[in-house]
Amino acid sequence: MSEEHSEHIVSYKFNILVWIDLLIFTFITIEIAQFDFQALTVVIALIVATIKTLLVGAYFMHLKFENRFLQSVVVGVFLLFIAVLILLFSDYLY
Amino acid sequence: MSSDNDLHDQMIHFDPYGKKLGMWLFLFTEFLLFGGLFVVYAVYRSMNPEGFHLGSAELDLTVGAINTVFLLTSSLTVALSITALQKGNSKLAINLIMITILFAFAFMFNKYYEWTMKFEHGLFPGMEHFNELPVGEKQFFNLYFMMTGLHALHVIIGAILLLVVAWGIKKGTVNQKRYIYLENGGLYWHLVDVIWIYLFPLFYLII
Repeated sequence: MSEEHSEHIVSYKFNILVWIDLLIFTFITIEIAQFDFQALTVVIALIVATIKTLLVGAYFMHLKFENRFLQSVVVGVFLLFIAVLILLFSDYLY
Repeated sequence: MSSDNDLHDQMIHFDPYGKKLGMWLFLFTEFLLFGGLFVVYAVYRSMNPEGFHLGSAELDLTVGAINTVFLLTSSLTVALSITALQKGNSKLAINLIMITILFAFAFMFNKYYEWTMKFEHGLFPGMEHFNELPVGEKQFFNLYFMMTGLHALHVIIGAILLLVVAWGIKKGTVNQKRYIYLENGGLYWHLVDVIWIYLFPLFYLII
C-alpha cells in the first residue's frame, strides 16, 4: 500500500489490450443475446457487463494502482447497491 | 533551502490525492442516481417482462452496438491521453482528448438519429401511439427516454469537462507533474462509459 498519489503509468500498449478485451466482451454479449436462456439471459448479460466494468475500473480508472482505502470504498459502494437490490427483491418477490 | 520551501508550498497547496477522493465521492452520488433508475427498471421489468420484450424489439441494435464501440474507444483515448501526459507528451494528450470529444459528438449524433426515429413512430411518452401501448411497453419507453436521456446529458457534460482540461494542458496548468484534473475528467468519462455498459444490454438485448 502506498501513501502517495498514483504514479503508476499504464503503457499505451496495455491500454489498447484492455480496449480489445472490452470489444471482444461486447461482441460476446451481443452474440449470446441471440439465444434464449430464459431467466439466465439477463444474468449472463449482467455478468458480462460487470466483467467489462471491472476492466474499465481496474485499468482505465487506475483502481488497480490506487491505495487499499480507495479500493475498499469503491467496492463498498458497489456492494451497497447490490444489497439494495437483494433487499428489494427479497421484499416483494415473496 | 529555497527549493525545499517551494516543494513544501507545493505539498500544502496542491493535494492530488484529496482531489481524487473528492472526485470519487462525487462519482458515488452519480452511481446511486443511476442506481435508483436501475432499481425501477428491475421492478418494472420483473412485473412486465412481455412489455419490455416488445419495447426492446423497437430499438435498433446496430445503432446501439455502434454507440457502444464509440464509447469504449473514447474511454481508451482518454486513458491514452493520461499516459501521454504522464510521459510529458502534452501535444499528444490534447489530440487524444480531441478525438474523445469527436467520439462524444458521434455518439450524440447517433442518439439524435435514434430519438428522432422514436418520435416519428410516436413512441415518446404522451404521444398518440405511445398512449395505445400496453402498460409494460409504456414503462419500457418511459425508462428508455429517462435513462438514455440522463446518460446523454452526462456525455455532454463529460465532453465539456474534457475540453476544459485540454485547455488547461494547452495553458500548462495541467501538466506532467499535475495531471490530476485530466485524471478526474477521465474518471467522469469512464463512469459515463460504465453506465452505458449496463444500459446497452438492458435496453437493446432483451430476448
